[in-house]
Amino acid sequence: MSVSVTLENVAKQYGAFAAVRGVSLAIQPGELIALLGPSGSGKTTLLRMMAGLEAIDGGNILFDGIDTSRLSLRDRRIGFVFQNYALFRHMSVADNIAFGLKVRPRKERPSASEISRRVSGLLELVQLGGLEKRFPSQISGGQRQRVALARALAIEPRVLLLDEPFGALDAKVRKDLRQWLRDLHRRTGHTTVFVTHDQEEALELADRVAILNKGLLEQVAGPDTVYDYPATAFVCDFLGETNRIPVEIAGGRAHFENIPVYQGLPSNSHGKAELFVRPQHLKLVEPGGSPFSGAVELIRRHGSIRRAEVAIKGLPKRLDIDIVSQIGPAIGESVGVRITHAQAFPAG
Amino acid sequence: MSSLARRPWRAHSILPGFGIGLGIAVTALSLIVLIPLAALVIKAASAGPAGFVALALSPRTLLALRLSFGAALIAALVNVIFGVIIAWVLVRYDFPGKKLLDAAIDLPFALPTAVAGIALTAIYAPNGWIGGLLAPWGIKIAYTPLGVVMALIFVSLPFIVRTVQPVLQECEAELEEAAALSGASRLRTIWSVILPPLLPALLTGFILALARAVGEYGSVIFIAGNLPGISEIAPLLIVIRLEQFDYAGAAVVGVLMLAISFTLILSINSLQALVRRRLGYV
Repeated sequence: MSVSVTLENVAKQYGAFAAVRGVSLAIQPGELIALLGPSGSGKTTLLRMMAGLEAIDGGNILFDGIDTSRLSLRDRRIGFVFQNYALFRHMSVADNIAFGLKVRPRKERPSASEISRRVSGLLELVQLGGLEKRFPSQISGGQRQRVALARALAIEPRVLLLDEPFGALDAKVRKDLRQWLRDLHRRTGHTTVFVTHDQEEALELADRVAILNKGLLEQVAGPDTVYDYPATAFVCDFLGETNRIPVEIAGGRAHFENIPVYQGLPSNSHGKAELFVRPQHLKLVEPGGSPFSGAVELIRRHGSIRRAEVAIKGLPKRLDIDIVSQIGPAIGESVGVRITHAQAFPAG
Repeated sequence: MSSLARRPWRAHSILPGFGIGLGIAVTALSLIVLIPLAALVIKAASAGPAGFVALALSPRTLLALRLSFGAALIAALVNVIFGVIIAWVLVRYDFPGKKLLDAAIDLPFALPTAVAGIALTAIYAPNGWIGGLLAPWGIKIAYTPLGVVMALIFVSLPFIVRTVQPVLQECEAELEEAAALSGASRLRTIWSVILPPLLPALLTGFILALARAVGEYGSVIFIAGNLPGISEIAPLLIVIRLEQFDYAGAAVVGVLMLAISFTLILSINSLQALVRRRLGYV
């Protein structure tokens, strides 16, 4: 049922603006992949090209090894969920879901009873049983999104594409729907690609995350890899908060103003660089415990943890450091800082 | 405390100004619409019941009414089709001269109708540009009921275009994409996805066009030829009766037009309400 999707050097040009500049990506059957990037990175354009809604200016998109560019939208059999749902508002929930079945040519169309059986099955699947007679204007945003998903699933798609599926929903509903989509994917096993600008969403949901920037693919890997071992400075910065420390590297050791701060870098790295350190990879120690030290200037609440801002002499920006222990430092206190994990990228 | 216990005669609204708003509305409506119409009915009543029935059922009156309403209905229906197509072209496509075409839609509003009537007659008369082409085929437009329909199409065209245009503008392209990805053909998409949401606006435009066409006088009298019983419209019959100082006779035709128009508009309005409910407008 599910197919592999292969992008070969796909490109898209809007006038003088290159929206997508040669993206290659191999998506396995049944995989759940996130296209992540800031607005204007080309992620939605890429998704729309996979759907056949945009013409491809260069490269190929293959479904199970077969070029799709000649196929009509109907024959591509793609389930697409739009950011703003794009539900037919003059149709009931049930009619929306049944649409793709009802418009089939007479030979291929399931019988009326078969259609209604499938619609109620899909309504169960998206947990909207009992709402079939409602109109889209009479249900909530999260429910509309699930109707849109059921409509996309009704045509038994080979690939499921979702454009910012939770973009228009509030934070709580987003979280619930994320979990739910993960479960749904596990049960149905469709090859699924979804676009998002929310890194948390991408990391939580996807088997692999493809990070796009200015029409180019920066990195494709599992959530843990892209988060802990980002391939580029952009990926590191985009995926989570980072402290940047200008350093000089020699033999895998990073020095900040001649103070050794970190030594876990590949031993063949040399020269000026910028050290990217996440707040949770910084540890507060006794003032004498590390040569890298400063003073606590501010402590604030950051969701479930507390975070200290530590001013280091010679560093223009204060370091954000997660406080793991119950007993935190006092404001004004001198502290030592130890880096437990870091990535170095050429200074830019 | 009795004032609290008393049931208010209208639902309480937190928006101020209901009293003065309704007052102004009723006064204006009375002065401009209701009182003149009441005078019309009183005048018609002066013919007496027997006179009224005789005048109303006279063949000339009936034929004039049939032509007026029949031609107006046909004109409004024709405009439903062309109006939607024109609105579609204006909303969906970009082409040179689009602004000009858009502005030209409103010309039938602005042009003195007599001018329109004379222009149409010149073109569609047997010796006119288009009339001349049709004459060998035995098709006559000017000086026939067909000419009446033609003039009414002209004057009522803007209504459909202008009511449908904004709704079409709001219709997202994504709906069409969703339909196409679901496997719907282009025709099916237009029929099941694009047209249904247009229906309420279309009905509004239809009522306006119909009302305009029923009341049209200026352009029609030039192109119609005005043969009693064949191409004589009801408004013209009223004018003829007036010129003969038959005020009661004119008023009777007027009252009949009023009654038929009111019934038509009221029923289309309720049809519209039904459609809106069926389409999921709350």
